[in-house]
Parts: sequence; structure tokens; C-alpha cells
Amino acid sequence: MLYLEKLQKDTSVNNILTILKREILSYFATPVAYVFVVIFLILSMSLTFYLGNFFQREQADLMPFFNFHPWLYLFLIPSISMRLWAEERKSGSIELLMTLPVTTLETVLGKYFAAWFFSGIALLLTFPIWISVNILGNPDNGVILASYIGSFFMAGGFLAIGICMSALTKNQVIAFIVTVVVCFLLLLSGYPMVLDFFHNWLPQSVIDTIASLSFLTHFASISKGVIDLRDIIYYVLLITVWLYATSIIIHDKRAS
Amino acid sequence: MSLVIQIQSLYIKKMIEVAHLSKNYGSLRAVDDLTFNVKQGEVLGFLGPNGAGKSTTMKMITGFVPPSSGKIHIDGIDIEQEPVQVKKMVGYLPEGAPNYGEMTPLQFLDFIADIRQLDNSYKKERIEYVVERLRLDSVLYQQIDTLSKGFKRRVGLAQAIIHDPEILIMDEPTDGLDPNQKHEVRLLLNEISAGKIIIISTHILEEVEAVCSRAIIIANGKLLLDETPAEMQARSENKKLDAVFREVTKGHERE
Repeated sequence: MLYLEKLQKDTSVNNILTILKREILSYFATPVAYVFVVIFLILSMSLTFYLGNFFQREQADLMPFFNFHPWLYLFLIPSISMRLWAEERKSGSIELLMTLPVTTLETVLGKYFAAWFFSGIALLLTFPIWISVNILGNPDNGVILASYIGSFFMAGGFLAIGICMSALTKNQVIAFIVTVVVCFLLLLSGYPMVLDFFHNWLPQSVIDTIASLSFLTHFASISKGVIDLRDIIYYVLLITVWLYATSIIIHDKRAS
Repeated sequence: MSLVIQIQSLYIKKMIEVAHLSKNYGSLRAVDDLTFNVKQGEVLGFLGPNGAGKSTTMKMITGFVPPSSGKIHIDGIDIEQEPVQVKKMVGYLPEGAPNYGEMTPLQFLDFIADIRQLDNSYKKERIEYVVERLRLDSVLYQQIDTLSKGFKRRVGLAQAIIHDPEILIMDEPTDGLDPNQKHEVRLLLNEISAGKIIIISTHILEEVEAVCSRAIIIANGKLLLDETPAEMQARSENKKLDAVFREVTKGHERE
């Protein structure tokens, strides 16, 4: 608890922004950013049109588009988050970063918000499909806006898990795979595939709790256009917990 | 006499105090009960065979590695209690001069200056100074990854001194530099050393003669010798430091 109080006392927004700026600069200095954005756009569009039957449905909404986001994020978000700490450890720049006058929490938040901001840019660049559906019919733009917000928060949730996994290793491949697995379990935790595993040895109340942690259930209600405060709180809590864990891991294991 | 000492102690304020410092990695005792002080104005050379604990000690003084036991006070502040306070005072060149390779030297220095909270006009002045002093002007807009070892090292040196720190800690600052560049860096160290605390680790004994006012020899994490380079030289008949180094560290090499 003392650690948490100390963190709050020392945290400076300027330092977070400086770290964030450096991270964003690095994204665009390498092809990673461009490859990510292009692949995200191509995949999200082709899934919408081919698997989602965007035209055949003859409905003016973006359900087929947003329904694939959890599955796209499952593989694409870990590819952004895997490098966040693993690369610092591998190259040794973590020693430079941790001996600069910034707190661990500031670096964690700076890196996290940079990654989230970047995933937000990729999401915004899907705007042509929103224009298309408005040309083709009269969709409920409120629902579409809610879906975008929901998708953005879900990306934030995936990223928070990813940055924590990245903090644990200097190997980016391990960070990627572990993140995919953890996100997959959270995604499906409302489904029998995961719940059956717990049925025999856990009380029903615990199983209900696990089910309520599912990414999909919380995303589903937002993407129907219902912004329920509970869903937002769920994502904010999830992100806070994983980021807090990340800063403890980095603080304790910075030199190992 | 005692009055002189008192007056001196009023002026000599900054100090690094290392007390009974130890670091264990599993069963390996990398640093073993190390105690020494460094005063403002001193340039301390850290000598010792590979694996002696030089880098680990520097990592602890800069707050990267937490000590297993012992205390480090910098200007009276405990590094473990107020790490950010201490880190503001210190410039550090870690072993191998790590950097962000996808950035250009200019972007990198700009980032460090921002984190060091230099205001805009001072930042410009300091970046100009380190770029000129370390001859980085020809590579300012190239990715650091594409630069030669010598340039990378100089980028590392530049980030360590950009905020004109009162305390400068450098782990093998001239490693990977050619003889001319080594000479340049020694001149730079002599130029900026007045009124500062500088600790450098090195394998090059002539560097100790050229820049250090005091030298410490450690091996197996233990302090073996702590005196001026002149005193060390006096231990050998023909005034050779490497003969003294060999004599002192004999039997202390780690497998």
C-alpha cells in the first residue's frame, strides 16, 4: 500500500507524455506501425465483406464489421504489446530508462497510452466503412459510435494484459504467445469451453464470476449501442489491475 | 587546523557515501561489503578484473540494481528512499551504452533532455554543446542503429552529460573508441570535472593516470586498494600501474 501511495505522489503527467511521445516516434520510425495498420485494415475489411456477408445481409449497420474485432485483436494487439518491455530488456535500454528521473509507473503509463493511442489510430482509419454504410442506407450512427468506443476499450483491455506479459520476459515471441492465450481465455470465459473446465471443482458463484469477466459479453452489450456504465467500469478496472501488476513487476524485476 | 577542516566541510557538500554495500546473485556474491566515499571534485577510477563487481556497483549507485544489503547516500539522500531525487543529479552511461536504436541521435538527445526537464532555450544550448563536443553533427539525422560503435558510444556519452550533472557515472566510457576519440573523451572529462563527482570504470590503466584523482581496485566484489594514482605507481619500482594492478589482483580472478 505504501508503494501505491508513493507512486501517486511522484507521478507527473509531463513525464508520462515525454515517454508516450518517444514511444510513438519509435512506432513510426520502423515499418511495424505501417505493417500493423495495413494488415488491420485489410483483415477487418475482408472479414466484414466475405465472412460477415456485409452486402448479402442488406442491413445498414456495422455488426459484421465489429463482430470480428475481438478475434482480430486477439492476434494483432499482442503483436503491438509484445515489444513494450521485452525489447527494452533485450537491448539493455531498460537500464537507461530506469536510471532516468522517472518513476516506474510513469514509464508503464507512457508506454501503455502510446500503444493504446496507436491502436486507436488504426481503428479510426477504418472510417471508410462507416462512410460506405451511410451512403448505402440509413444506419443508426449512435450504435456505430458506441461500437467504436466499445472496440477501443476492448483494445485497451487486451493491451493492458499484453504489456504485463511483456514485462515478464525478454523474449518477444513468448510475450506474444502468452498474451494470446490469456486473452483467449478471458475472451471465452463466458463460454462452456472454459467454464466446463471449472465446473466440477469450483462453486457456482465463482463460476459466475469467471463468466462475468468475459471480454465478449461486455463487448457485445456495448456494440449493440448500449453503453452501460458497468461495462466501462469493467474495462477500466481490468486495465488498472493489469497496469498496476505491470509496474510492480517492472519495479521488482527491472535488473533481472 | 580543525577550523580549516570545518570550513572545508561547509564547502564540500556533495558526496557519494557507499557503506557496507553487498549484492548477491543466487550463491554468487558479486559485491562484498564495499565501503568508500567520493567527494565533490574527485574523479574516481574503478579498476578490477572482469567480473570484479565494478558494473554491479555502478548499477547500484545509479539505482538500477537494488542492493542486497548496505546503504548508498548521494548528497545525503538514500537512493532507495528517494530514487527520482537522486537520479536527477546523476548522469549515467551504462555498460555497453544502450540506446533506442530506431531513433536518430537528435531525437534521442531531445527525449533525454525532456525527461531531464531542461527548459527549451537551455535544452537547445545543451544539445548544441554536446553535439559539438562529441562531434555528432554529421550523424544527427541517421538512425542510431546504423551508426558505428564509436558514434554509438559518443551518443551514450552525450546523453549522460546533457543536463550538466553534478555527478557523472560512466561504465567504460572509452570502450570501442579509437585512440584519437579516447583522447578526446579524456580531454572532455578533464574539462567538465571541476566541482563534480565523477566515477569511471576502465580496463585502461593509462586512462587512470590521465583523468583520475583517485583509484579503487576491486576484485571478487571486495575493495583491495583505494589511493591516488601516484601512490599506486609508487608501489612499483618502474612506476608502472599495470604491474601494481597485477600484483594486487593476483589470485582474485573469478573463473
